[in-house]
Amino acid sequence: MQATTSAHTHGAHAEHHDEHHDQGFLRTYVFSTDHKVIGIQYGVTALAFLFFGFCLVGLMRWQLAYPAQPVPVLGKVLESLLGDVAAGGVISSGLYNSFGAMHGTIMVFLAIVPLAFAAFGNYVVPLQIGAPDMTFPRINMFSYQCYFVGGVIMVASFFIPGGAAQAGWTSYSPLATTIPTDGQTYWLLGMVLLITSSLLGSVNFIATIIQLRAPGMTWMRLPWFVWTQFVTAFILLLAFPPLEAAGIMQLADKVLGSSFFLPTGLMSSGGGDLADVSGGGSPLLWQHLFWFLGHPEVYVLILPAMGIVAEVIANNTRKPLWGYRSLVYSVLAVGFISFIVWAHHMYLTGMGTKISTFFQTTTMIISIPSVIILTCLFISLWGGSIRFNTPMLFALAFLPMFGIGGLTGLPLGFNFSDLLLHDTYYVIAHFHYVVAPGTIFALFAGVYFWYPKVTGRMMNETLGKIHFWLSIIFMNLTFMPMFKQGIAGMNRRMYDGGATYLGVTDISSGMDIGTPQAMIDLNVNISHAAWALGLAQLPFIFNFFWSIGFGKKVENDNPWQATTLDWQTPTPPPHGNFVTPPIVTRGPYEYSVPGAKADFIPQNAPESV
Amino acid sequence: MDIPYTSTPREDTGLYNAKLGIWLFLASEVMLFGALFSSYILLRVGSDWWPEPQSILNIPIGTFNTAVLIVSSVTVVMAWASLKMNRLNKFMMFQGITILCALTFLGIKSFEYQEKWKHYEVWTVDGQNYTGHIEVGDKHNPYFYNHNKLAAEGVEEITFTIDPVKAGSLAGEEDIGVANADHHDHESIVIKTSNIKRLSAFVPAHSTYFALYFTLTGLHGLHVLGGVVVMVYLWLTAGTWFKTKPEQFTNRIEVSGLFWHFVDLVWIFLFPVLYLM
Repeated sequence: MQATTSAHTHGAHAEHHDEHHDQGFLRTYVFSTDHKVIGIQYGVTALAFLFFGFCLVGLMRWQLAYPAQPVPVLGKVLESLLGDVAAGGVISSGLYNSFGAMHGTIMVFLAIVPLAFAAFGNYVVPLQIGAPDMTFPRINMFSYQCYFVGGVIMVASFFIPGGAAQAGWTSYSPLATTIPTDGQTYWLLGMVLLITSSLLGSVNFIATIIQLRAPGMTWMRLPWFVWTQFVTAFILLLAFPPLEAAGIMQLADKVLGSSFFLPTGLMSSGGGDLADVSGGGSPLLWQHLFWFLGHPEVYVLILPAMGIVAEVIANNTRKPLWGYRSLVYSVLAVGFISFIVWAHHMYLTGMGTKISTFFQTTTMIISIPSVIILTCLFISLWGGSIRFNTPMLFALAFLPMFGIGGLTGLPLGFNFSDLLLHDTYYVIAHFHYVVAPGTIFALFAGVYFWYPKVTGRMMNETLGKIHFWLSIIFMNLTFMPMFKQGIAGMNRRMYDGGATYLGVTDISSGMDIGTPQAMIDLNVNISHAAWALGLAQLPFIFNFFWSIGFGKKVENDNPWQATTLDWQTPTPPPHGNFVTPPIVTRGPYEYSVPGAKADFIPQNAPESV
Repeated sequence: MDIPYTSTPREDTGLYNAKLGIWLFLASEVMLFGALFSSYILLRVGSDWWPEPQSILNIPIGTFNTAVLIVSSVTVVMAWASLKMNRLNKFMMFQGITILCALTFLGIKSFEYQEKWKHYEVWTVDGQNYTGHIEVGDKHNPYFYNHNKLAAEGVEEITFTIDPVKAGSLAGEEDIGVANADHHDHESIVIKTSNIKRLSAFVPAHSTYFALYFTLTGLHGLHVLGGVVVMVYLWLTAGTWFKTKPEQFTNRIEVSGLFWHFVDLVWIFLFPVLYLM
């Protein structure tokens, strides 16, 4: 199979190549409608935002470890770029809040989702289902442009007077509306563009998967990665519009002076006067609308990552995935249930115990299909002759790391234990275990795995392994202590790292109930680990760019000896993807089939092989 | 490289790409307006004050606008059916009527909007509360004034022409008989700025009701505008497009028609919710 794909490339597609070159640089690389180019655009932009988002938290960790001390070296840069908010190189409380809000926003909406869904989805999904492109190529291009402009607005908001949004990535009203700077307005405008981009993208993905599957590619022959993208697209399609509605309403509150989320009797900051608004709004409404997106969004972050891990595991264990159908039904179940768990973020709002009980129940129910997925992936390893290459190491590490993240979520899903842990560092540790050593590791696995298909060269294995081992060590050193801090009661979003609560005594008993000094001292250790984690990414960054020109060339179109259709194309795939339209004859994971000549049979191999 | 099923349906789904695409898009639109309608319910249930819409909105005009959209809903189908019967002239007429209806709707809506923007409610320090129109200095019926703007301009007093009293109106604090309901005296009073606690035109800042009214109708209006742009584009390019690719063009009309029906449907919900309830 490999030989045929390469051999025909130049002959059969010469005309296409010429046509392609005629379009010129701008049409080929900037305003391209090719799903692969758009995928790469998304990928590179999202990786840049991932780095930027990490830098923000790197600065925040300085403030937490060494409160009110000037940031070495970078402090001067901050002061010259941002002015008074970083006077003397010290991160002011306002700037700290901006960094916190923008770290969350950038990581979720500008880095992880665009990378996991838009980049990998765009590049890989049409290839895996045997399609020549997405169904709506121009809408696809427009979707990237919306994302890009949204990102520019978000970054630009750092440089307006007063700086970027300061009310956290959740932007709770009335706080978000009453902070007297324009950062929130920019945030909302940026979000409207990002949401529009997601909506257009999700319509495109669903239509592509339904309409453009190659002949023979039945639903149960879809690689599981495609299923995860399919469900993710539905979540984005249906969960994002309520946030768009909420964003429009908060924008009206901010710009037109309405009171959607501002209650009657709201005090304006300072002086104790009533705020000059009509009132009658509901802060709780914002939280409902936000988390109606916010929680399904968690599954948008994790499902594509699980899909990548599944592909890498099947390929490197040389075995079919264990329980393919269970995986498919589980991912569908997760998709449905993800819409009815949102208010477990709101146990402390006083929305009522009956509502809490309902959402606590659904939250426990959704853990069942999630555990089925993870169990299937674990059992898939059993008895496999595992190849420990870099993508596989990241995929393997995903399993226990996501396991820790998932299991520590249970005490947060229960009403009674959440009352204690809510808004502490425990929550931060929990969701970072899900997203950082969970999703981001899976994304690294994906980058190392599909890199040779995109560029025709392998990434360096040694650098990859250094990247992996340093990352997993420092990830854990960064986030594990936060569980301890959180259980000890340290609140998140503290500008001074929790020192405010040192030596607090209970009025009635006189007992010391403040944050223990040992917990605050942990801030220093965590910060050092976080910066080391940043340094651990340098081998990856170097490897990523160096390998484009100097990596080992792939020997054939299918260097990992994979079964799925994405590897049965020329390298890199030309405009239109396939040399001859593929006809699918079998399931996605026919590895080590007894009696077969090779240990893998591609999905489009003729029946007789 | 051609993308399959751009104009012919795929066998197992029975859909061409754009038709599936528009249905998916409409699903997300349902969630968008669904969230806004849910917000309406939650805010109204939790409110301590809600106006009776007939006292502050123009019901006959709203009813007329509803009729206009329903007519357009019929003609947009007639336009598509004419293409199916291969009658381009009829299509041009029906699509033209649809566009005309849409523009009429927008025209009436903007008239309604600007009526609201110069219609005021004032709350005075001594506890009075009126709706009506204002004169500030030599400005007759100005737009977008509020108490902050009065203070910023250093205005000493305004002339306030109180609305004729209607049953169930905002200003109806004292019990008014039915006989009074129709008398059309426009009483004008002079209010000192120092006596004004709050002054607001009927804009989103006025109250949660108007915030919802403008957000919902504004978002709907943007959808109407988008529909007009697409339908005009299809109308202008119909001649050549239909002759070269009749099937593709008919599909485009069907898809834009589906969107137009959705826009009409949203209004069918908006009208009773905002004007009648």
